[in-house]
Amino acid sequence: MAAVTTTPRQKVGWGTANVVVIALALIPVLWMASLSFKTPAAILDPSFIPAQWTLGNYDQILSTSQFIHPLINSIGIGLIATVVAVVLASMAAYAVARLRFPGKGVLIGMALLIAIFPQIALVTPLFNIERALGLFNTWPGLIIPYIAFGLPLAIYVLSAFFREIPWELEKAAYVDGATPFQAFVRVIAPLAAPGMVTTAILVFLACWNDFLFAISFTSTISSRTAPAAMEYFSGSSQFTVPTGPISAAACVITIPIIVFVLFFQRRIVAGLTSGAVKG
Amino acid sequence: MAEIILDHVTKRYPDGALAVQDFTMDIADGEFVILVGPSGCGKSTTLNMIAGLEDISEGELRIGGQVVNNKSPKDRDIAMVFQSYALYPHMTVRQNMGFALKLAKTPQNVIDEKVEEAARILDLTQHLDRRPANLSGGQRQRVAMGRAIVRDPAAFLMDEPLSNLDAKLRVQTRTEISRLQRRLGTTTVYVTHDQTEALTLGDRVAVMRSGILQQVASPKELYDTPVNLFVAGFIGSPAMNFVGGSIEDGKLRTSLGDFTMSDQLRREVESEGTGREVIVGVRPENFEDVAFVSPSHRADGITFHATIDVLESLGSDVFVYFTRGRDQGGVASAELEELAQDAGRGDAGGSGDTIAARIDAETQIREGHDAELWVDGRSIHVFDPASGRNLSLAVRGNDGAAVIRPASPSASPSADTAAGAGGQPAATDTGSGEPVSGAGSTGSTGEAT
Repeated sequence: MAAVTTTPRQKVGWGTANVVVIALALIPVLWMASLSFKTPAAILDPSFIPAQWTLGNYDQILSTSQFIHPLINSIGIGLIATVVAVVLASMAAYAVARLRFPGKGVLIGMALLIAIFPQIALVTPLFNIERALGLFNTWPGLIIPYIAFGLPLAIYVLSAFFREIPWELEKAAYVDGATPFQAFVRVIAPLAAPGMVTTAILVFLACWNDFLFAISFTSTISSRTAPAAMEYFSGSSQFTVPTGPISAAACVITIPIIVFVLFFQRRIVAGLTSGAVKG
Repeated sequence: MAEIILDHVTKRYPDGALAVQDFTMDIADGEFVILVGPSGCGKSTTLNMIAGLEDISEGELRIGGQVVNNKSPKDRDIAMVFQSYALYPHMTVRQNMGFALKLAKTPQNVIDEKVEEAARILDLTQHLDRRPANLSGGQRQRVAMGRAIVRDPAAFLMDEPLSNLDAKLRVQTRTEISRLQRRLGTTTVYVTHDQTEALTLGDRVAVMRSGILQQVASPKELYDTPVNLFVAGFIGSPAMNFVGGSIEDGKLRTSLGDFTMSDQLRREVESEGTGREVIVGVRPENFEDVAFVSPSHRADGITFHATIDVLESLGSDVFVYFTRGRDQGGVASAELEELAQDAGRGDAGGSGDTIAARIDAETQIREGHDAELWVDGRSIHVFDPASGRNLSLAVRGNDGAAVIRPASPSASPSADTAAGAGGQPAATDTGSGEPVSGAGSTGSTGEAT
């Protein structure tokens, strides 16, 4: 292990490592941003800074319902799936963290199984089921699988948060006259709020970024989400690749995530439980 | 306000472990009762069963005349103060204190009024809109108390409410709790592992060991007439000294000297049938520097010489410590071992080795020098090493005084010592409840009084 004090050499070493990691992560994003501002003719220009800045790509995607409608779908489907998954998961996680019941181990095992199951293997059966049930190409057709695959992760993260909450708070609520449901809603859930926000972000990201289900279970822009819709962008001619509009669309769908995380960062980091018991 | 009756209450965990065994006790309306014992003795479990946070396996619990075994905590009308205070961190002090009333759908103006009043009593008025995280330890403790008193419940349950405070604040808060309880007159059950708290706070104290109730009595009675070795060793600070003793020719031989036993005590020892070995218990204050014992009293005890290892002067008192060889009868008992472990002393035999004595502050005794000490023969206790039972108790109860006289021939049956310091009548408190007739290892202690 390194000593507590850092030598100048170590500082340089860590600095270099950090720069490399950040560069690896950011260069593709910046490249994408750069592409989104280039004119169609300059797409193949290898220079990083566009020779001629244009907002044409953004104009193009934001002026057609081919992108706007899927964007609305993405937001709507993502939010509904997230809210439902977090509410269900918080109840399940509470049970996992606090109660003893037969089959608890099996339940946790099943949740883990779902989390590691390869989604591609389920696309065909789910496709047939959704067609039979009339869910194909509808919002619920995406919301339901998103909830199913979001729940295991949500239960895991939330049960870790619930375990952190001192049990005596719950006992105190019972003695104060609360029913188990009241104790959960008025004492436990508010304290687990940072955990719920963290979980919500994770679940929302998974829904927002999903491409596999979005492309498989939709057929029109009435329910297609943004990542899938980008697949259907067309260039100015049949033989042009729509690189510019795709880059612009990718930038647009990245912005909400950045805002989301920046906005909730403090809440994720700050623990609400300080002061509950002797600190 | 209500009385609480525990009727043969037992807690058995699914794995078969017995946490509380056959606990029977009547707690009168308005009484302040302390449950005390070393950690793991089942005192908190008992409290949780009264609160309804743990199920009762067997027996019956009645609060205010109603059987509440199957009632949930919210239907029992009790308030609890937790060791960690368990304040709701996301609520202000005001909301914390009003939470129970709010759940009970009390009108908001009544809640405000009650919270304000409780805050005034507890000196929390200026902190009402702060959150627990911004309060000091003592303030948090008071908020926890406030949360209990705003409800005006049938009973208060307190689970080591002072153990998170520093020593000075603890003493201060202790008197505050005592005053508050007298003022409100609410039945209170208080759990602690600190015998000082138990003796200073309680109307009555219940001593528990391994899930079994040992003795219920007033602090004074508990101190003067412990029914067994465990209670004797647990109550009192510094603890009672124990030395081995054997009975030969009607005399009680100990490493301190020989005592003459009364016939009654001898019969008691013999009827126990556990042989001639006993454990003798002497409280530190039953020793004295011989120079301070008037000649007329000297005959009530015996004198002996000891080399003083350590001398501690507290101003008002002087404590001296000396050792007695273990070869002169070591003390071996499961109960003493448990006490030693509780006190953080791994070596159980140690309690028989070092003897603490409290003597007059004006003493000329010096550390490292030989000293002549006197031990009061009237107030020593004799225990059966096997069952732990206090054998001198039955005798003490009958004639109320001099049980054991020194073996010196000059000993006269002095009438003037009849009301000696240690010779309290054993059974004075009629409400003291029968100590549990045990299926446990300590054996039956109930008949002693």
